Amino acid sequence: MGVVQAVVVLGLTGAVFGIVLAVAAKKFQVEQDPRQDEIVQLLPGANCGACGFPGCSGLAASIVAGDAPVNGCPVSGGKVASKIASVMGVEPAPQTERKVARVFCQGDSDKCGLRFVYDGLAQCRAQNSVAGGAKACTYGCLGMGSCTDACKFGAIQMGPNGLPIVDEAKCTSCGMCVDACPRGIIQLVPASQDVTVLCRSKIRGAEVRKTCKIGCIGCGICVKACPKGAITLEDNLAVINCAECDSCGICVEKCPTKCITMRDDTVPDKAVHVS
Amino acid sequence: MGKLLVIFFGGVLLNNFILSRFLGICPFIGISQRVETAAGMSIAVIFVMGLASVVTWFFHNMILVPLGLEYLQTIGFILIIAALVQLVEMVIQKSSPPLYQALGIYLPLITTNCAVLGVTLLNVSESYSLLEAAINGVAGASGFALAILLFAAIRERMELSEIPESLKGFPIALITAGLMSMAFLGFAGFRLEALFGVM
Repeated sequence: MGVVQAVVVLGLTGAVFGIVLAVAAKKFQVEQDPRQDEIVQLLPGANCGACGFPGCSGLAASIVAGDAPVNGCPVSGGKVASKIASVMGVEPAPQTERKVARVFCQGDSDKCGLRFVYDGLAQCRAQNSVAGGAKACTYGCLGMGSCTDACKFGAIQMGPNGLPIVDEAKCTSCGMCVDACPRGIIQLVPASQDVTVLCRSKIRGAEVRKTCKIGCIGCGICVKACPKGAITLEDNLAVINCAECDSCGICVEKCPTKCITMRDDTVPDKAVHVS
Repeated sequence: MGKLLVIFFGGVLLNNFILSRFLGICPFIGISQRVETAAGMSIAVIFVMGLASVVTWFFHNMILVPLGLEYLQTIGFILIIAALVQLVEMVIQKSSPPLYQALGIYLPLITTNCAVLGVTLLNVSESYSLLEAAINGVAGASGFALAILLFAAIRERMELSEIPESLKGFPIALITAGLMSMAFLGFAGFRLEALFGVM
């Protein structure tokens, strides 16, 4: 008898709540554009915020409302943009070339010394604010790994000598690391750009030679050597115009400090996890 | 009045749900990386625990006790809390989108949280009146809020500290939680009944 009573009471309670919930679901239904859910499914879901909206669902809501373009997500490639365009029923935007983050410094712990020993917060911005950081070169990488913390895609890891290494296959060009670096060493470059001047130092050549073994000394040899005229000197620093460069590699050979490099696809394998 | 104060401060400090009773540990560890989200979770828990205490009190005293079915407490309370939270979520989503933005993501997380179930069962075992049960629910949740906010603040600070490699992340968080729990044991010596004149 007690068992029957228990079953009836629980069953009735469950049924009453079930009916109440069913009625409430109808009564309190919130109208939402079904396309929004579809777009959320298409987006990467990392909620990195590189689009400027609060997370992937925020971007999806803005795309549906017409406030954001269908290719508003800088992380996912053209394929996703065209899928979103078909969900929205509009023409896909023209594809732009994929970019990747690159670290414009090679002054690791062997090649560039320290001015003092820093023992504060383990963040680049914190170190940079203490007398301009411990690194001998005031333009060089501080090696505290703020960029690796900023990356939501695991594409940057600290290498063995205190320099971050970008895994270009994983990089989504969201730009979080670019913002995280207080020295502007990380920049987004076209993924097809093989030759880069991996230095940001605007100091005169003689000073660079004293502080870093692999910095750009602004000698101008590459400017003369480049058959395309794609390299210019700006503030003691060689700058390659990506649009004109055809990656012939002559400047890489001629550079006396080896700060111009040809992309080495084997580099990411050397990354070790230290954070 | 004295007894209500004893229940309230007892729930917040002496019998803190997380640090003394060890209920609701999963949100305590899981949603305590940022003070902001911890605060959102706390408000949701206070809301749900207060509401659940009241509704289950009626369910227990109006339905279970007259029928002599007290042994159905646990399963019945789970049913009621889960349905209630769902209902509240729907109502909030419709009636107040800003509140839903702030609370919405936390509500489903606490549908079957052990702290919520725990407070309702404690209300029964202490045979509290309706008002006492409501106060106990809010007090338990306030204790939860106090613990998770303190913990989140410590964890935010810890992110900037140099922590030995092997202790980074959850290990140091669990050690911190243990230390906080020991610190809260200090409150166990309080004689609240004497303090508020209820003997």
